[in-house]
Amino acid sequence: MSVAAIAFYCFALTTVAGGLFTVVSRNPVHSVLWLILSFLSSAGLFVLLGAEFIAMLLMIVYVGAVAVLFLFVVMMLDIDFAELKAEMAKYMPLALLIGVIILLQLAMAYGSWAYSDGFETRLAAPQGDMQNTAALGLLVYDKYIMLFQLAGLILLVAMIGAIVLTLRHRQNIKRQDVLAQLYRDPAKAMELKDIKPGQGL
Amino acid sequence: MEEMLREYLPIIVFLGLAIAIGLILVLAAVVVAVRNPDPEKVSAYECGFNAFDDARMKFDVRFYLVSILFIIFDLEVAFLFPWAVAFKDLSMVGFWSMMVFLAVLTIGFAYEWKKGALEWE
Repeated sequence: MSVAAIAFYCFALTTVAGGLFTVVSRNPVHSVLWLILSFLSSAGLFVLLGAEFIAMLLMIVYVGAVAVLFLFVVMMLDIDFAELKAEMAKYMPLALLIGVIILLQLAMAYGSWAYSDGFETRLAAPQGDMQNTAALGLLVYDKYIMLFQLAGLILLVAMIGAIVLTLRHRQNIKRQDVLAQLYRDPAKAMELKDIKPGQGL
Repeated sequence: MEEMLREYLPIIVFLGLAIAIGLILVLAAVVVAVRNPDPEKVSAYECGFNAFDDARMKFDVRFYLVSILFIIFDLEVAFLFPWAVAFKDLSMVGFWSMMVFLAVLTIGFAYEWKKGALEWE
């Protein structure tokens, strides 16, 4: 068995185990941590496939950002998980049905799976001087410009949506206004009033 | 393929070392540490009275906003990587499409700034 094969089985096993423990672990925070392990080992699998850029993207975006977001959501939801588990039993038949359907679909897909001629040569990552990031760079911005711009618009919508949905400015709070604070006139900051005794303001 | 994997050898060694050190530290505590549990000792210490509540509590939703905005700019940077790597061989269309992309996201950034989403209090 070559080194690549050993590495593949290690990463594949870790990915599956991580996914399994994500589902079965009792503490939702632990679930997210198992999910992170799963992401990391899938990044390893991508490296073995020769898709280095996607592997690094998985690290940066999924492990670095999405997993943190999941953790936030898990912490932010003040849910009694024991109660939720009890409720889950009610939906078990439906969940089982969906699981069986997916299993059948997979079986159907694999049953009618056929390789075209000479697939071995096309399975492996293309060999050459071109790095995979550079190859992507030449394609994405030029040939797939439409999809690329749509991605930009989706990001814009996500940004605006997040702000519209969650931004609530609290009233009655003094905020910093740097310009106004810098340009304030010290001479006008304080006013002296001459008060005669026994008269008040 | 073999050659590419050889370049990843240091990372594998690093990963192995990290896992080994982590395991050693955890297992050393199991093997070496003196454990003498006691119901009072292992219960949550809360200054004399029993714990009122779960440790989990609601976070302010603004943390969520910050992390969502972080993800969006993270993705924007992810799109910049291949562009920068292939910059030398890029066509004019490729260059300007990225400029449009950045402009669109800058509109979002300006909106965010104007709305004060980046301010805390």
